[in-house]
Amino acid sequence: MGKIHVTTKINGDKTEYLCEPYDTMLDVLRNNLNLTGSKEVCSSGDCGACSITLNDRLVCSCLMLAAEAEGKEIKTIEGMTENGKFHVLQEKFLEHAALQCGICTPGMLVAAKSLLDKNPSPTENEIRFWLAGNLCRCTGYDKIVRAVQAASEKIKETA
Amino acid sequence: MTEVKFLTPKTVDEAVAFYKESDGKAKLLAGGTDLLVQIRSGISSPDKIIDIKNISELQQITDNGEGSFLIGAAVAGAVLEENENFGKFWPGVLEALRLIGSEQIQGRASLGGNLCNASPAGDSVPALIASGATVNIEGPNGARTLPVENIHAGPGKTNLNEGEIVTSFSFPKKSKNSSDAYLRMIPRTEMDIAVVGCAVNVTMDQDTCVHARVALGAVAPTALNVQKASDILINTNLDDETINNAAKACEEACNPIDDKRGTVAYRKKVSGVLFKRALQIAVERARKG
Repeated sequence: MGKIHVTTKINGDKTEYLCEPYDTMLDVLRNNLNLTGSKEVCSSGDCGACSITLNDRLVCSCLMLAAEAEGKEIKTIEGMTENGKFHVLQEKFLEHAALQCGICTPGMLVAAKSLLDKNPSPTENEIRFWLAGNLCRCTGYDKIVRAVQAASEKIKETA
Repeated sequence: MTEVKFLTPKTVDEAVAFYKESDGKAKLLAGGTDLLVQIRSGISSPDKIIDIKNISELQQITDNGEGSFLIGAAVAGAVLEENENFGKFWPGVLEALRLIGSEQIQGRASLGGNLCNASPAGDSVPALIASGATVNIEGPNGARTLPVENIHAGPGKTNLNEGEIVTSFSFPKKSKNSSDAYLRMIPRTEMDIAVVGCAVNVTMDQDTCVHARVALGAVAPTALNVQKASDILINTNLDDETINNAAKACEEACNPIDDKRGTVAYRKKVSGVLFKRALQIAVERARKG
């Protein structure tokens, strides 16, 4: 009793779940729906490891209540591959060794995709500012920025 | 344990009705970037969460021309930035709002939330004060309008009555050759809380400053409208002596705390410096028309 019934769309699929009023979107993604790609690190919106898009707008899933997803459209890292093929950002992250421990990577990829969807040719400065809400303690960011630049080039080539 | 309710009113009246029934234990949810952290850390345990984002009035961006905008209290920073005109007329307000957190935060954080969270360091508040915007409020006893600077009562406290909701902000028409700017001092380059924030809004007539509003953040229990500094600037040519006097008025208006972010002496000094820099930017923008 008392649980909230939510109908939403996650990575294109209609999804229903029951949640408590205080449950965050991240809680439900990870614990109820087994979508554990989004990581819980700071739980206060500082690190970006839980980044998802809500109606195509980049947000921290730890700062969103699961109940708020009613009637909305959520996209997570699990929806990034298409037909089993890596997204160009994922390919470039691998090529440029833009990850070490990998905890920040899903959030980095979701945030970077959100940037390229909005602006396919960002400057290095724009990339760095856009990713300022995603913390990585391994790579020093440089490789991540290079990977996003390479992905941007590839997208432009194939467009 | 009482059952926590999650409510999604579609109208302001519905939201006010939910809010007033709550005996002060309900919380309004706009972008949630402050509220969810407070719930997570146990600072806040509301028995009712009223999500006000489904109310169209709170999501509106109405452009009435010449800088006169009606901006819904729950409009997110990233959404406001995409408006073609708002940033042209109110670059200082937009840059202040956009300084709050990362892109992820910007997808949710709003002017109404930043104001009602009532942190003395909220970045958008000094810029709103300097703009001369007014706050449209609805509550159990009807609607009222207050200047932005009258909303804060102290850290975390507002002058809103029980059941009252901030619905939107009205920005005044702008005269030609007027503009605004906001600067903040943080020890890092991004993603931090202001040690001092300063917003300036000026109108120039040739070389004469004919209108000015100066506001400071993070240097007192509430964001400040520094009337004395504005008065010093008006009807002058903004010569060095005038600017130094107005900067001194900013320093004197400060009543800051000593904490890990900055000492009292530091915050006072930086207030004057930031004021001068923000003024310069606002004047440059105003001259461009």
